[in-house]
Amino acid sequence: MPSLDLFFQPEIFLAWTSALKTVVIMGIVLTMVAYSVWAERKVSAFIQDRIGPNRVGWAGLIQPIADGVKLLLKENFVPAGVNKFFFSIAPSLAMVPAILVLAVLPFGSTLFGVPMVIANLDIGVLWVFAVSSLGVYGIVLAGWASNSKYPFLGGIRSSSQMISYELALGLSVIPVFMITGTLNLGEIVQYQVDNGWMVFPAWFSQGAGPLEITTDSGAMFGLSLEKTLLWIPMMISFVVFMIAMFAETNRVPFDLPEAEQELVGGYHTEYSSMRFALFFLGEYAAMIAGAGVIVTLFLGGWSLPFVPDGSQGWFWGLVNIGTFFAKVAAIIFFFLWVRWTLPRFRFDQLMKLGWYVFFEVALVNIFITAGILAYLKS
Amino acid sequence: MATVVQRPKLSLLERSYFPAVLGGLWITIKHFFKMMAGRTHVTMQYPEQKWDSAMPEWYRGAPTLVRDEHGRERCVACQLCEFICPPRAITIKPGELEADSKWAKVEKFPEKFDIDMIRCIYCGLCEEVCPEQAIFLRKDYSITGLTRAEMVHDKEKLYELGGVMNGLVHKWNEKK
Repeated sequence: MPSLDLFFQPEIFLAWTSALKTVVIMGIVLTMVAYSVWAERKVSAFIQDRIGPNRVGWAGLIQPIADGVKLLLKENFVPAGVNKFFFSIAPSLAMVPAILVLAVLPFGSTLFGVPMVIANLDIGVLWVFAVSSLGVYGIVLAGWASNSKYPFLGGIRSSSQMISYELALGLSVIPVFMITGTLNLGEIVQYQVDNGWMVFPAWFSQGAGPLEITTDSGAMFGLSLEKTLLWIPMMISFVVFMIAMFAETNRVPFDLPEAEQELVGGYHTEYSSMRFALFFLGEYAAMIAGAGVIVTLFLGGWSLPFVPDGSQGWFWGLVNIGTFFAKVAAIIFFFLWVRWTLPRFRFDQLMKLGWYVFFEVALVNIFITAGILAYLKS
Repeated sequence: MATVVQRPKLSLLERSYFPAVLGGLWITIKHFFKMMAGRTHVTMQYPEQKWDSAMPEWYRGAPTLVRDEHGRERCVACQLCEFICPPRAITIKPGELEADSKWAKVEKFPEKFDIDMIRCIYCGLCEEVCPEQAIFLRKDYSITGLTRAEMVHDKEKLYELGGVMNGLVHKWNEKK
């Protein structure tokens, strides 16, 4: 059929598969955003010996929809004296970067031969850092345009918080690239498929270790000297990156721009209705994107040990996608768990941590990795 | 005299926050799983479960007017409750009983008896001051309304809430 052939010409095929992937991923992520709000309320309730939302639907499962409808129907109030242009553009600026990050995350191996990543960029990680740090503009502009002291303080805190963690965030992942030798997120995941996850490098599909155990599928389990040595800087990287990610997504213990007890909600004090909802969604979307980056860089992305990838059939492709989102959900649970455990850091403590501790640790970690790599090569 | 507070000297491990953070995470996850397993004793789920059975005898809920077992309205419109009410929630308009009425010697009855439940502070002074045992604070605590007018309990509503109360003193009994 000539009409069908048109769909399989390379450019057109790329166009419609990308559009389809974008729509599906947006759908999945926005649903996850809604349900991570529900999860936040449920987890906080359980940790505090409460029950949490249980009115709308079974165990409150329809609560996110009710919340959304409520926010849509509320009056979109614009206070007097705000800078109208920046006031209305700021919520979108908070939401959009979080979603743009998703474009480069490999959320699965392949499905029917189509790679499960929207844009397979060779500079994927740079894109992630470049775009996700734009999210701070939304907060700063909201704080400034609101013409009110508390949002203003929130905006200032956000910008000074950013310069203290962004360095550690960037430096802490450099060891990953030194080991994998690529900036492409898909290839980083493939490296972890072959050599074990960054935080738990205990299996191989190639290479050999002294403690290896060969299974029927040809995959091997064990730790070599090389793996064990590289495990140390990887764990340091992982911890620093994770903590910096808490700051990047404005989560407790680094939620200084929001700080509802001190700043009456911080940068979104003056916002209502859908504009407030966009900030809210942006925060959770950033959390999901951040969890996705952590999973991709350190937790093996879509891979599970001894589970084949999508080239073995569409079923395994779907399993890989499910694995990725399950890992993201696990990281989000950790985010929530930490939020309802730790108190907020004081402002100077955050700056001190960022500049005196994490920056140095990340920097030294690069040299440790370089030393280990040089030792292993010689 | 100035008091010098000795700050505890923290070890390097303690200053790294990690032991405290991990200890905190351990505590919260214990609570989480206890709740998941249903072993946590949670608070009363209010609209489904209510206090009513556990309510003490002396509970002070909404003020109500009561009738006795003869069906007589006990209020004689003396207005003592109106005068003592600290937030001035009570408004009484006294009226005269007909001469041929069975209770004519009581002389007065409340033509209008309003209690503004937005104002009422449930102090119970009206009950305490009433010489006729006509007004009692019963156990209704969930007084709600959509308008201010709805929150004003008129005589009909007060008798509806109060109902009949047995075993009161009958000083107006004609047989006495």
